[in-house]
Amino acid sequence: MTKTGGCAGPKGFDVEKVRADFPIFQRTIWDKPLVYLDSGASAQKPKAVIDAMTRVMEHSFANVHRGLHTLANEATEAFEGARGDVARLLGAKSDEEIVFTRGSTEAINIVANGLSDDIGAGDEIVVSQMEHHSNIVPWHFLRERNGAVLKWAPVADDGSLDMEAYAKLLGPKTKLVAMTHMSNVLGTITDAAEIVRLAHEAGALCLLDGSQSVVHLPKTDVQALDADFYVFTGHKLYGPTGAGALYAKKKHLKRMRPFQGGGEMIESVSEDAVTFADPPQKFEAGTPSIIDAIGLGAAIRYVETIDRQAAMDHETRLMRKAQDGLKKWNDVRILGDAPGKGAIVAFDVKGAHAHDLAQIMDRFGVAVRAGSHCAEPLMRRFDCQSSLRASFAMYNTEKDVDTFLEAFEKARDILG
Amino acid sequence: MNAAQAIDDLVDEFSFLDAWEDRYRHVIDIGRGLDGVRDEERNEANRVQGCVSRVWLVTDILDGDPVRLSFRGDSDAHIVKGLVGVIARLFSDRTPEDILAVDAREVFNRLGLSEHLSQQRSNGLNSLIARVRADAEAAHGKP
Repeated sequence: MTKTGGCAGPKGFDVEKVRADFPIFQRTIWDKPLVYLDSGASAQKPKAVIDAMTRVMEHSFANVHRGLHTLANEATEAFEGARGDVARLLGAKSDEEIVFTRGSTEAINIVANGLSDDIGAGDEIVVSQMEHHSNIVPWHFLRERNGAVLKWAPVADDGSLDMEAYAKLLGPKTKLVAMTHMSNVLGTITDAAEIVRLAHEAGALCLLDGSQSVVHLPKTDVQALDADFYVFTGHKLYGPTGAGALYAKKKHLKRMRPFQGGGEMIESVSEDAVTFADPPQKFEAGTPSIIDAIGLGAAIRYVETIDRQAAMDHETRLMRKAQDGLKKWNDVRILGDAPGKGAIVAFDVKGAHAHDLAQIMDRFGVAVRAGSHCAEPLMRRFDCQSSLRASFAMYNTEKDVDTFLEAFEKARDILG
Repeated sequence: MNAAQAIDDLVDEFSFLDAWEDRYRHVIDIGRGLDGVRDEERNEANRVQGCVSRVWLVTDILDGDPVRLSFRGDSDAHIVKGLVGVIARLFSDRTPEDILAVDAREVFNRLGLSEHLSQQRSNGLNSLIARVRADAEAAHGKP
């Protein structure tokens, strides 16, 4: 067996070096080395993130904004610095376009709530069949409350978005298009720029769900995409849980109704009136997740030290190797093999339940996901009860793929 | 055979299985021997919530004095079906008093199946045990 790693990119991408940054790989699962292939659900954390969070708690912690003492200023600087990191990650025009959220889910809910005055009975929201529930359920709220109509852009057999059918769904009633930039099941990377262009042509706004894409794509550029809204979560990007962001063009943030009321988000409060602070604070009621946001900033600065094109090439190569290995089995069906897909492979096996396979594979130290991956409409589209998903990150190795395939074979054997 | 004997039998069977693979295989085998569920019984009432896979548990009340309960079930996942099978072997053809006297979690630990208890959120084992106990309590005291 060849030694893993050593894939030299321009900055010398070396998987063993990356791996060494993640303390969790020192542990074993059932006495076996950990093979973590569930990064699509949540990624492991590098030392840089853990240290940044510890440092602020040990050294620079206080509530942010408005404080007049040293610690408040240091914490505010670190917190607002993290906002700058997010803005840079997304290619936003200014930090003021970045609202800290708990994750993508909260970000999408802020938009759904914020647009609820603009989307009324009969108005149409276009989503795709491959959306995560977080980019479906908030729009169902507008359907239930306001009588908005959900339109579903279909997914082709190969897992790609049917762009022709999508274009046909757009019309004068379309108010919003909400679509993923990368499917959490199929791995499909959508033509986000074209999705936005067509939405705008129809006079609609466009939200992109970047939960998976910011992790895998070498670069995100919300200005080039011309997205009205772009959301992502930090914990899939090697950051802590509890911190993600909503990017929105400033004009939208100015108009939109705030989601929650409380401290930090007001300009003034009296007995019979309230005026709101300017965005982004308008959308950040209460004490924010200061430590998590600082951790997210550290995660972004960490990935910036990596040659991200080389990392994506590495991850995609692992996904291909896993997919090729799985294709040797006649009873395995790969869900989605769209051209240019990213480092996720979901599959089901005739006669074997994904739940059984995942549970047995765990005994070999292999962490994979089983179920509907919070994408029930997509599962129905492929007539799939439940599937297994292996999702790759930059710390995975060729050896991980070998172990995954071996564990899969043994699990099948045990299940008879 | 009462519940205590059924537990001893199961513990005996599993005690020969040192390797986890063999315990898994044996759980799956027990599931294969489980009395099944008719199509019309695959309804919401018999569906056990709290499982990632689909699981059904049917309770049959056997007339007599005292009444006895019996359990059948099914799942589309083999391991969960096996766990239903273990439950059925533990609790079928028993009086409500007999059923309520058994600490099922302790039995699963003794069988070397404790990892399934810690996965209760996904495999619904806890819901299965709770269902068995609720049905036993409901039948308790009936002539």
